[in-house]
Amino acid sequence: MIRFDAVSKKYPNGTTAVDEVTVELAEGAITILVGPSGCGKTTTLRMINRMVEPTAGTVSLRGRDIREVDAPELRRGIGYVIQHAGLFPHRTVLDNIATVPLLLGWGRKKARARAAELLELVGLPAEMAKRYPNQLSGGQQQRVGVARALGADPPVLLMDEPFSAVDPIVRAELQTEFARLQKELHKTIVFVTHDIDEAIRLGDRIAVFRDGGRLAQFDTPERLLSHPADDFVAGFVGQDRGIRRLSFVQAAGLPLRDGPVLPVTSPVTAARALDEPWVLVVDDARRPLGWTPVADLPESGTLADAALVPLGHTFSLVGDSARAALDSALLSPARLAVGVDADGAVVGVADAYELTAGAAPARRTDAAGSTVAADSAGGDR
Amino acid sequence: MSDGEPLVRWQWIADHGAELADYTALHLRLGLLPVLFGLLVSVPLGILCHRRRRLYPPVLTVANILYSIPSLALFMVFVRYTGLTEQTVMIPLTLYTLSVLVPNVVDGLASVPEPVRLAATAMGFGTVRRVLQVELPIAVPVVIAGVRVAAVSSISLVAVGQLIGQGGLGYYITRGLQLDFPTPIVTAIVLIMLLALATDALLVLAQRLLTPWSRNRVTTA
Repeated sequence: MIRFDAVSKKYPNGTTAVDEVTVELAEGAITILVGPSGCGKTTTLRMINRMVEPTAGTVSLRGRDIREVDAPELRRGIGYVIQHAGLFPHRTVLDNIATVPLLLGWGRKKARARAAELLELVGLPAEMAKRYPNQLSGGQQQRVGVARALGADPPVLLMDEPFSAVDPIVRAELQTEFARLQKELHKTIVFVTHDIDEAIRLGDRIAVFRDGGRLAQFDTPERLLSHPADDFVAGFVGQDRGIRRLSFVQAAGLPLRDGPVLPVTSPVTAARALDEPWVLVVDDARRPLGWTPVADLPESGTLADAALVPLGHTFSLVGDSARAALDSALLSPARLAVGVDADGAVVGVADAYELTAGAAPARRTDAAGSTVAADSAGGDR
Repeated sequence: MSDGEPLVRWQWIADHGAELADYTALHLRLGLLPVLFGLLVSVPLGILCHRRRRLYPPVLTVANILYSIPSLALFMVFVRYTGLTEQTVMIPLTLYTLSVLVPNVVDGLASVPEPVRLAATAMGFGTVRRVLQVELPIAVPVVIAGVRVAAVSSISLVAVGQLIGQGGLGYYITRGLQLDFPTPIVTAIVLIMLLALATDALLVLAQRLLTPWSRNRVTTA
């Protein structure tokens, strides 16, 4: 694990990049350093592999003060991924990935075999091995950057805004892929971003920095949203943190009611008898077909004759969060979220008020935990 | 030139084939060895200037002042030390290449993208290894662009060395002028131009072979 002990970085011109940070980053977890630009998060990251030397305090890696280790040697044991990948333009993709193994003296053959493995691990086809970086798209370059950082299978990975330079669609793809990789690899990852959404999506723990290089809060994403330590953190996390927090509440526990749901074979009279403005029409397996406004129903016949309005989207009780459920309610023409089971059959409906009331108890339980000290947040609480 | 004398007497060229070949080889050596020596000086000097930016302006100024000294004057200075030898021609030509090669080495190193330099350091390259294995290879296209200019100008300047008796193909120019006979002059000029063009073409080829990565910009997969 990585430990910062009263670490500061002050420059000769008087600016303080990092101010007395004490924090312990858990082994095998993703710790996100987040904050506005110039808050010292990248400086903090670079102190882990001695790209920046602290002016006070100590950084230790698995109990050993990193100043005891020769810097290039230390760095070969720590993977590093940066924003614009920083691939070597004069080396093929394969040789880029083989960089650290070659530096460690593995020999060309073994290093290349390892690189070929990593190419596959990051989801790139084998024929890319012989290409040069300028023949790849930004997203592909970033994947190679991750593969290169994993070259010698280092236990620690430092990532400095690795997904910031690609478009949002590719970014989401890379984030998903990254989360999958980490499930397999269990690296100790320190990840810098200025994007709080990315932090919440990927982090096991999040360290929020404020101007002047001070640690404002160190906590789980969920507690950061539910219990920001102060106004700065609350502001940085954003106006919609209440809604975002719903991402951490499982939809499975939400209260649903039967609601106005009728099979497509029902007579229109049955729909009128419900005395509701909208009726959800389902097929014989109870899969939703669409909403129909009762006022516009034909005089007679079945619901098969009714004009259907699209659903917006449903939410699944298996896997979706309360946030998806709330979104489903907001997008529904009837203002009712439709919950479905694993087979896509309707389980029940709820409106936005019912959903948020249902999500609230979860909030009270997690409020039982302690709140967070701003400057001296430890890792294992 | 006397009336009725043609610009080129082909028979003269045929008669002097072997001698022309010798002088061409000599000319090439006098012109290109200075570029090689210049490169050997410029690469370390350029690396130094790149790493210690404050050194660069004075170094560049000295190189430019050297370049501004007329070659004839410089030859005369070195005659005092090295006599009427090949070195007397090659030393000034070497000095002249510096004003092109040093800035190109510095610019080439500056063309290495910052993320690449950062990534190399973060991956555990020591300084020397980083310069040799990452920065210099990436600087190659810019350095070769400088070598092309230096080589062509050096090849054409060799002829001036004839004033101290070491001019390669320049020999035929003075000879032709003395004899009032245009054929050797025209032949020498054409050969010098051909040498310059061939050298340039070879350098372009060398660059393509050395830097396959600088071609084929983005093709999407």
